[in-house]
Amino acid sequence: MALSRVSSSSPSILLKPLSSYLSLRRRSVSSSSTDPLTVETSLPFTAHRCDEPSRAVETSAAELLSFFRDMALMRRMEIAADSLYKAKLIRGFCHLYDGQEAVAVGMEAAITRKDCIITAYRDHCTFLSRGGTLLEVFAELMGRRDGCSKGKGGSMHFYRKEGGFYGGHGIVGAQVPLGCGLAFAQKYCKDENVTFSLYGDGAANQGQLFEALNISALWDLPSILVCENNHYGMGTAEWRAAKSPAYYKRGDYVPGLKVDGMDALAVKQACKFAKEFALKNGPIILEMDTYRYHGHSMSDPGSTYRTRDEISGVRQERDPIERVRKLLLSHEISTEKELKDTEKEVRKEVDEAIAKAKESQMPDPSDLFKNVYVKGLGVEARGADRKEVIATLP
Amino acid sequence: MSTKFGRLVSLVCKRGFSISTSVQKGASEQGVKSLNLCSAINQALQIALDSDPRSYVFGEDVSFGGVFRCTAGLADQFGKKRVFNTPLCEQGIVGFGIGLAAMGNRAIAEIQFADYIFPAFDQIVNEAAKFRYRSGNQFNCGGLTIRTPYGAVGHGGHYHSQSPEAFFCHVPGIKVVIPRSPRQAKGLLLSCIRDPNPIVFFEPKWLYRLAVEEVPEDDYMLPLSEAEVIREGSDITLVGWGAQLSIMKEACLDAEKEGISCELIDLKTLIPWDKETVEASVNKTGRLLVSHEAPITGGFGAEVSASIVERCFSRLEAPVARVCGLDTPFPLVFEPFYMPTKNKILDAIKSTVKY
Ligand SMILES: Cc1ncc(C[n+]2csc(CCOP(=O)(O)OP(=O)(O)O)c2C)c(N)n1
Ligand SMILES: [Mg+2]
Repeated sequence: MALSRVSSSSPSILLKPLSSYLSLRRRSVSSSSTDPLTVETSLPFTAHRCDEPSRAVETSAAELLSFFRDMALMRRMEIAADSLYKAKLIRGFCHLYDGQEAVAVGMEAAITRKDCIITAYRDHCTFLSRGGTLLEVFAELMGRRDGCSKGKGGSMHFYRKEGGFYGGHGIVGAQVPLGCGLAFAQKYCKDENVTFSLYGDGAANQGQLFEALNISALWDLPSILVCENNHYGMGTAEWRAAKSPAYYKRGDYVPGLKVDGMDALAVKQACKFAKEFALKNGPIILEMDTYRYHGHSMSDPGSTYRTRDEISGVRQERDPIERVRKLLLSHEISTEKELKDTEKEVRKEVDEAIAKAKESQMPDPSDLFKNVYVKGLGVEARGADRKEVIATLP
Repeated sequence: MSTKFGRLVSLVCKRGFSISTSVQKGASEQGVKSLNLCSAINQALQIALDSDPRSYVFGEDVSFGGVFRCTAGLADQFGKKRVFNTPLCEQGIVGFGIGLAAMGNRAIAEIQFADYIFPAFDQIVNEAAKFRYRSGNQFNCGGLTIRTPYGAVGHGGHYHSQSPEAFFCHVPGIKVVIPRSPRQAKGLLLSCIRDPNPIVFFEPKWLYRLAVEEVPEDDYMLPLSEAEVIREGSDITLVGWGAQLSIMKEACLDAEKEGISCELIDLKTLIPWDKETVEASVNKTGRLLVSHEAPITGGFGAEVSASIVERCFSRLEAPVARVCGLDTPFPLVFEPFYMPTKNKILDAIKSTVKY
């Protein structure tokens, strides 16, 4: 996208060494942004009972640019949600995904929308990667009609049926057996699709996880269990809660792969591998080694159970956006200025979406009774005090 | 084991703190202190750990103080062998607690939110509640107390707001207790911990910081299965528990301005509950209103209503009124509509009295 604008002589380009300027020009003239490009993952994969995929990941300039843009957008969106929460425009519980963006974008790059994704409550960015819009995100966060769940779900309950996104679950671990059911249905249809069931390192200790693993393996389901290991379940470090924090091995008889979850390309490679593997052999666990920058939820400052150095260390050395930025610069696909411009653009997009979301109406009071059952049951509703309308519903 | 419990239970009776208002003067060996509900719970746990070396406090993040800080400082004081974090596994937490209690210990488990108690529902209903009965009294888990915060907080949404007490009231073999204030919370929690039956203790999280009152600093217990008339009146009896009582109290004050005299009863223990106190009150007033946050259908209000109709049928001058949560999942943006608010209660008081 930004490639066509490279040749305009902006000051930042003039300050750069000539060679890079020339190579940029050359690239924009002679090569297409979709030409294949091979990039090595910075860390190896670690496999349990399966071969590991190649570290050489095939990508393209266009893909790297879209990774950058999408992750920058997610980051900005989450930071904006943080401010809206503090301004009390978002109520309820709110869990942010910044730091973990590479998992969402890398996974999406490897699969199709016919593949299913189901996750827990940290769901804003996965919703976006499945084709959701910023307006739907902010409207839902603020409990408005234009939200992806019509304002009735809030932060923890995002869904997008047409994007194969099954949400958005509040009870830790509960979504994973659901994923088995999705995978069974897919297998039955023989249309070669798979389900990715995401859960955290804390959730990995729930009994339901082991039930889901056994079911998936017993029935050879195209079920991929993705442990997003951000190393904390609320304030509990993984090693305090798990005898074996090697989550990719926790399936015992189920193969697993440990992946650098801060590297979108490694995530993409692993998900591609896992999809092929699961269609042939049944379930596999992917452990994504990742990190959440924010506290667990909005009431957690996130700094009492881990050091500030730990957080800033990850930001400096492993940040998923910075990694892609470096790739874009070193392969001379973009200039620093272009990437800054992209960041400015997404900022504007986010601001515009928020403004629009604020204009969206609250749901109608009668919606309170909708969707409890297929049909309403003739219940009578009344507002908090007698000044509000009494509505009798069908 | 049972003799130990027996001794402690008789201690409650000796101290005779049956009416909370009298506690303040009677028991102030070490004086009283103004505490919020969260600190009162903390103090009760501290006393429980201190007074019995075989008591343990555990749950998700409790050694760090828990999400509501109710267990703050306890791990420092009593060590990480007695106050410890569990993994995120409610079924395991309660099952573990049953085993620990079966060995003669006091297992004080925390379930982070009442909304997350359901993975442990089977352990509570099928294991804890029936252990004594089905083993012919060879085994029991009477030392088990499960503490869990329940109820609305203004914007908790679907999974941080529910009031699931009625599910547990359908289970003979466990007790269900809900305090309304800091002083009540401390005394009732200590009774629960020392009671020889497994108990689910629901804490009104809305009041953790909001409710502040004078709480005796020493070790005291309030009796279980004894309701308390917290406001006397002659025209109508109102029955509630936990956080809802503060809303009902406001409705009583408003009703008074319109010349209606309300009697307000705190049930405190939901099973086994004190029917006599409610019966006596309704025999006096001739009218009954029950109010709770949980959905109306199948709520514990239905049980109170049915029992009182059985006992006071000929004395009732109006149908029993129930002002409760609506029959919907606990909503996010619609919380004000869902809640049994003061005005809804006031309207029901007036129409019941005018009936
Ligand atoms: C059954 C259940 N128990 C407890 C909670 C409260 N809770 C919400 S998130 C969480 C920690 C989960 O950690 P992890 O699985 O690592 O996911 P992360 O938040 O790190 O993404 C806890 C204890 C819950 N939502 N459901
Ligand atoms: Mg985690």
